[in-house]
Amino acid sequence: MNNRFEAVVIGSSAGGIKALTAVLTALPKEFPLPIIIVQHLHPDSDSYLAQILGAKCELKVKQADEKETIAEGVIYIAPPNYHLLVEEDRSFSLSIEGSVNFARPSVDVLFETAIYAYRNKIIGIILTGANNDGHQGVKRIKQMGGYVIVQDPATAEADAMPRAAIAATKVDKILPLEQIGPYLLQLVNRSTKKTRYNEK
Amino acid sequence: MDDLETQNIELQLLLQAIYLKYGYDFRNYAKASIKRRVQHRMTKDGFESISAMQHKLLYDVSFFETLLLDMSINVTEMFRDPGFYFALRKFVVAELKKFPFLKIWHAGCATGEEVYSMAILLKEEGLYDRTQIYATDMNEIVLKQAKDGIFNISRLKQYTANYQKAGGQESFSDYYVAHYDHVVMDKSLKENILFSDHNLATDGVFGEMNLIMCRNVLIYFNRELQHRALGLFFDSLCTDGFLCLGSKESIRFSEYSDTFEDVVREEKIYRRIS
Repeated sequence: MNNRFEAVVIGSSAGGIKALTAVLTALPKEFPLPIIIVQHLHPDSDSYLAQILGAKCELKVKQADEKETIAEGVIYIAPPNYHLLVEEDRSFSLSIEGSVNFARPSVDVLFETAIYAYRNKIIGIILTGANNDGHQGVKRIKQMGGYVIVQDPATAEADAMPRAAIAATKVDKILPLEQIGPYLLQLVNRSTKKTRYNEK
Repeated sequence: MDDLETQNIELQLLLQAIYLKYGYDFRNYAKASIKRRVQHRMTKDGFESISAMQHKLLYDVSFFETLLLDMSINVTEMFRDPGFYFALRKFVVAELKKFPFLKIWHAGCATGEEVYSMAILLKEEGLYDRTQIYATDMNEIVLKQAKDGIFNISRLKQYTANYQKAGGQESFSDYYVAHYDHVVMDKSLKENILFSDHNLATDGVFGEMNLIMCRNVLIYFNRELQHRALGLFFDSLCTDGFLCLGSKESIRFSEYSDTFEDVVREEKIYRRIS
């Protein structure tokens, strides 16, 4: 477990389903990290997002269950109307505490707690959205020494969320939507290979 | 040792201090949520560290009460998850009618919205007069609000919609009187409800129940405390008694799995079978 990165967290809102599809379909079945996603949805929307993405992605997609142990190479979606939190033992917990940034699930809640578990070995990604959820989370990731990628606001269906993230901290990369998936893959592969080489 | 590890030590000490001084046991709560809320209180009130906050906590009861409200999540609504109440009417009520006298326990009732929802459902099904409801929570501040039965009017539109989706048979407005910005629940709904202080982390069985509601409480516990609470529910239920959990909670994967059967699987309604 000497890899530079051990988890990816993604926050998205308005226009997010299309954006998530673009990012996640670029990843092969061998992608080695867990990917944990908060997409703002209608509280009653149930598990359809996991189904939509599952049908299009090579990676396994599922809704995160309470107390579930996080596995590598799986995409987890926060259940609608619950906050999704990461415990230090790398399992999930859920909460119905009030909305944060008018959202439940909230991107900030996921990012802030994912840091407890993954420290600096985390990649945070902010995609399209019409609010500022996630800006605290990316700030915390950068404070901890993690990596942050933000969708270029010019390519976002709603640019408020990427703009808020960019304003909150010095992010590592601002990329047009179609480049995020390939870049993520390259970033993760590079860090994994380097470690393997050093071990030899 | 990095700062995050030091903060974990501080958090552990804080929870220990709360337990020793005030008797509330958060030591087996799921950590991430507690930690996040403690840190937010720390930042909001300008403390340098969790340890600095601990000092204030030990000497200032009112500060403890603030933190207690931060840490115990009291978010609830009337007929929360209408599909659950609909299933209760459709699949459980007929079974409840077979009991001559009913005892129902709402464990972790917070401000009581779901207790009143249950009282309304029982009234409409002709069961209320033979039912004793025990509504318990560890937090006396929210328990008092539950007992008062006064709710903010701003959410009433949603509650009315929930009531209808849940299979409500009357007009929801029959059950409350509106005063300016709040509503007062009808007194008759409270007649058979006993509100009382009970902590799932430290207290025990207090009666034999036909149905236990504990929705969205177990999600805040770690496995060990979940096990304790489920054991308490098992011991408190009569054979054939019902257990209702929150929509993302489950008795499956626990050691009590074999002692309960599914009644309505997707709504997390179970029945004790042994």
